[in-house]
Amino acid sequence: MKRNLRFKFIFIVVVILVCIYGIIGVPTSKAQLVANWNKNIHLGLDLRGGTYLVVRVDQQDAFNAQANADADRLKQALTKSGVTFSDITVDEAKTLATATKVAIVIKGVPATQAGMLRSVVNDQFSQWLLTPQNATDYRMTIKPTDALTMWSNVLSLTKNTLDKKINALGLSEATVQQRREDADSELLISLPNVDDPGRVKQILQTAAKLELYDVRGGPYASREDALAQNNGVLPPGTKLIGGPTTDSTARSGGVYLVTSNPIVRGPDIRDARPEQGQMPGSWDTAFVLSQDAAKRFSAYTGSHIGQRLAIVLDGKVLEAPVIKGQISDNGVIEGAASQQDANDLALNLKAGTLPAGITYEQEDTVGASLGADSIRNGFAAGIAGVLAVIVAMLIYYKKAGINATLALILNAIILIACLSYFDAVLTLPGIAGIILTIGMAVDSNVLIFERIREELRAGKAVIPAVDTGFSKALLTIIDTHVTTVVSCAILFLFGSGPVKGFAVTLVIGLIANVFTAVFVSKAIFDWELSRPTPVRALSI
Amino acid sequence: MEIFKNTNFDFLGKKWPFITLSLLLTAAGIASLIVKGGPKYGIDFTGGALMDVNFIKRPPTEAIRSALHKAVPGEVEVQEVNNTQGAGSSQEVLITTGAAVTDQNIQTVRSDIVSALNTSFNPNSGGKLDINLAGQTDLMDRLRDPLAAAGASLSDDQLQALVQRILDYRSAHSGLIHNLDELSSVQGVTPQVLNVLKQQCFTGDFAIRSAEVVGPKIGADLRQQAINVVLIALGAMLVYIAFRFEWIYGVAAVIAVFHDTIITIGLFSLFNKPIDLTVIAALLTLVGYSMNDTIVTFDRIRENLRMQVRGSFEHIVNLSINQTLSRTVLTSGLTFLTAMSLYLFGGQVLNGFSFALVVGIIVGTYSSIFIASPILIFWQNLSESRRRRSRPVVDTARARSVANTVKAAKPVKTAK
Repeated sequence: MKRNLRFKFIFIVVVILVCIYGIIGVPTSKAQLVANWNKNIHLGLDLRGGTYLVVRVDQQDAFNAQANADADRLKQALTKSGVTFSDITVDEAKTLATATKVAIVIKGVPATQAGMLRSVVNDQFSQWLLTPQNATDYRMTIKPTDALTMWSNVLSLTKNTLDKKINALGLSEATVQQRREDADSELLISLPNVDDPGRVKQILQTAAKLELYDVRGGPYASREDALAQNNGVLPPGTKLIGGPTTDSTARSGGVYLVTSNPIVRGPDIRDARPEQGQMPGSWDTAFVLSQDAAKRFSAYTGSHIGQRLAIVLDGKVLEAPVIKGQISDNGVIEGAASQQDANDLALNLKAGTLPAGITYEQEDTVGASLGADSIRNGFAAGIAGVLAVIVAMLIYYKKAGINATLALILNAIILIACLSYFDAVLTLPGIAGIILTIGMAVDSNVLIFERIREELRAGKAVIPAVDTGFSKALLTIIDTHVTTVVSCAILFLFGSGPVKGFAVTLVIGLIANVFTAVFVSKAIFDWELSRPTPVRALSI
Repeated sequence: MEIFKNTNFDFLGKKWPFITLSLLLTAAGIASLIVKGGPKYGIDFTGGALMDVNFIKRPPTEAIRSALHKAVPGEVEVQEVNNTQGAGSSQEVLITTGAAVTDQNIQTVRSDIVSALNTSFNPNSGGKLDINLAGQTDLMDRLRDPLAAAGASLSDDQLQALVQRILDYRSAHSGLIHNLDELSSVQGVTPQVLNVLKQQCFTGDFAIRSAEVVGPKIGADLRQQAINVVLIALGAMLVYIAFRFEWIYGVAAVIAVFHDTIITIGLFSLFNKPIDLTVIAALLTLVGYSMNDTIVTFDRIRENLRMQVRGSFEHIVNLSINQTLSRTVLTSGLTFLTAMSLYLFGGQVLNGFSFALVVGIIVGTYSSIFIASPILIFWQNLSESRRRRSRPVVDTARARSVANTVKAAKPVKTAK
C-alpha cells in the first residue's frame, strides 16, 4: 500500500471512530447502548410527543403601566414645585406595534412656568422627551433608547417569569425562547411529553398580581356611590378598587377606597404554599413575605389594628378583613376551590407577576402515540428506500456498487454523529433533509461511476479512467452542492423553526457527502487498483 | 449492466410536445388555483384548528360533524384517514376547522372540541376518569388515594413510574386502550391495581393523537415568511449559477424550478390536498433535486463548449443531455424509489410531504431536459439573430453591448 493511501485510510478510520463515539459512546452492555443512543439523539417534539405554545407578549401593557405610574409621579412632582396644570392624562398604546408611542399629555401649564416644567421633567423623568404642542399643552414620549431598554427588560422579565412557572410545574425539560429574531415579542414555549396543555396554559397566563392595600373607606355598592359619599372628589393619594364582578373568586363584591400605593406587592412574596383550610376539605394558600416587606408590614399592621386591609389579586378584591393584631411576615388567602387551585395560586405567587399580558397565538400538540408511529413509519420507509437503492446500485454497478453502499452508510453515520455533537434536534423536516441528502449522495456516486464508464469506453486504461472520472465529476458535484448550500444558508437565515431544521441537516449531509463520495470512495478505488497484479478490467 | 450506452435521442427536436404538456399542466394547475381561490393552505398558514382523533370504532363522518357543529363556529371538515400501516382498518379521523379560531377563542378551541366529542361519543362516564384522554398528572392524582385505600400504597416515584408504564402501553397501541383488562400485561399492574383502575377509570371511545391550534395572525405571518424565504433562496441560487456559468443559465434553471413548483402546487390544488409547513419542506426538497438535475446538464454543456465540440449550440445541448441521460435516469429512478417508499410506508403525517416529492422528482427531472435546456437554445438563437441584424451598425456603444451578449451566450468559442 502506498504511504499516501495508508494515511488516507487512517484518517477515514479515525473519522468513523469519532462519529460512532458521538452516537453511542463506549457502551459496555446492550442497555447502555440504548441509553447512550437516547441521550445523544435529540428528537423534536413532533417525533417524541409534546406541545409547542407560541405566545405574544403584549408589551403595551408594560408601557402603559409605566406611563400611568409616571403620570401620577409627575402630578405630585409638579404640585410640589408649584407648577400648575389643568390636566395630566395618559394616551395609552392600544396595540403592540404602537407600544413605544405611549404618551403623557399635560394640559394647561401657564407659559411663565414652562421653564420650571422643563427642569422637573429633565431632572426626575429623564427617560421622557417633552415636546410642546402649543403655548400651554405638552406631550411626553419615551426616548427611543430608553424604550428599547424597557422593551428588552419587559421581554426578559416575562421569559424569566414563565421559566419559573414552568419549572415549578415540574416540567424540567421545558424551554422558553424567542421564536424569531425579527418578531421579538413572540415567545416559543416547548413542553416535551405534555399531551394536554390546558392547565399549563392557564397557569402561564395568570398574572397573579397580589397587592395588599390600606383601606380608607368602604365597602360601597358601586363606584358612583363611592364618589357620592366622598363629595365627588377622592381624597389625595387614594383610589377606588373592586366592583361588582361575576367572578366567583372575588367574594367581596364591594368597592373600596384605598391608598394609591399598596403596602405589599407581588415581588415582596418570598414563599407560598397550599395548606388545609379550617373547614375540612377546604384549601388555602399561605404566603411568606421577604424581610424588607415583613418589616413594613409588621409596622403597618401594628399601628392599624381595628382597621381593614384589602387583599387584591389581579385587580379583584378577594377579601377586606379587619386587622386583629400585628402580623409579621405571613398571610393566608382563603377559600381555593380545590387543592389544585390552591397549589396553582401558590405557584403563581412564587413565580411572580408577568410584567405584561400574554396572548396565545399557536398551540401544537403531538401525542406520544403519534410521535411513536411517525418514528416507526419513517424508519420503515427509510430502511425500505435505502435497501432498494443499495440493491439497485449493486446490480447496476456490480463491485463499484459496494463502494457506493459503503459511502452511503458512512454518510448516514457522519450525519447522525454531527447532529449529536451539535446537540441538534431531529424533526420531521430534518428527516426531509436526510432524504434529500441520501438522494444527492446517490447522485454523486452515479455521476462519478458514469464518468468512469465513459472514460473506459473512450479507451482509457483503468487507472487514468478512474482518476479522470473522479476529477471531472468533482466539478459537477461541487456546483450542485454549493448551489444547495447557498439556498440552505438563505433558509437558515430567514426561515423559522421547521425550515431551519431542514437546512441544518441538509448542509451537514452535503458536507459529509463530499467527503464520503469523493474522498472515501476514491480511496477505496485506489486501494483496489494498487494491488501488485495490475488490474485490467474494472467491475463497474 | 448498462441501460443507456451512447444514446443519441433527439430530445430538443421533440421538445414542443413536451413544452405543450408542461404548459397544459401549468395551465390546469393555475386554473384549479383560480377556481378554488388560491391554494388550499393548511391551518399552519390560515389559522384554525386541526385534530387527529383515533376512535375505537369510527362513527360516520356526518355524526362527528353534527356533534361539533354547535361547539365550534364556522365550517368543520371531517376526513377519514386510511393508513396503509398497522393491523386492521384505521379508525382515525382528521378534524379541521378553518377560520374558526380568533384571538378570543384560541384558548378554548381544543377543549371545546374535546368536550363536544365527549358529549356525543362518551356519554356515560359515571364520574370516572377517561384513561384514553388522561394525562400523567391526572392519572396520578386519581389513583393515589384509592390505591392507598386498597392497601396498595405507592410512593410518588413508584406511582409515577407505574403511570408512565401504563401511558407507554397506551402510546404503543395508537393511543387507545380498548379494555382495562389489557393493562394486566403491564409491569406493576397487579390484580389489586387493576381493580382500582377499574373503579376509577373507564375506556373512552377516542383518543386525541395530535392537536394544532393556530391563531389568525401567526398564520398570515408564516405564509408570508415561507413565500419570502423560497423566493430569496431561488434568487440566491440564480446569482450563484450566474456567477459559475452565465446569467442566462441561472435564469433558465430558476424558471425550470419555478415551473416544477407551480405544477406541484397546482396538483395539490387539483387533488384538494392542503399545503402546510411540511409540504413547504417538501417543496424545498424538490427545488433542491430539480436544481441539482439542471446543473448536472448545464455542467456538461459547459464542458462540451470548452472542449470545442463540433456542431451547432443546439446539437451540443442535445449531446450533453444524452451524455448525462444515464445518470439522470438512474439518479431520478433511485430517488423516486426513496420517495415512493416514503409515500407508501411513511404514514399519515408524511403523506403530503411524500406526495410532493413523488410529483416533484418526476417533474424536476423532465424540466431540466425540456424546460431549462430549450431556454438556453432560445436565448442563443435570439442573440444570434440580433447580432446578424446589428452588424451594419457602427455605433461603438451598441456594438460593445452586442459583443457582451454574444460572449454571454457563447462563452467558449470566443474565449479560446
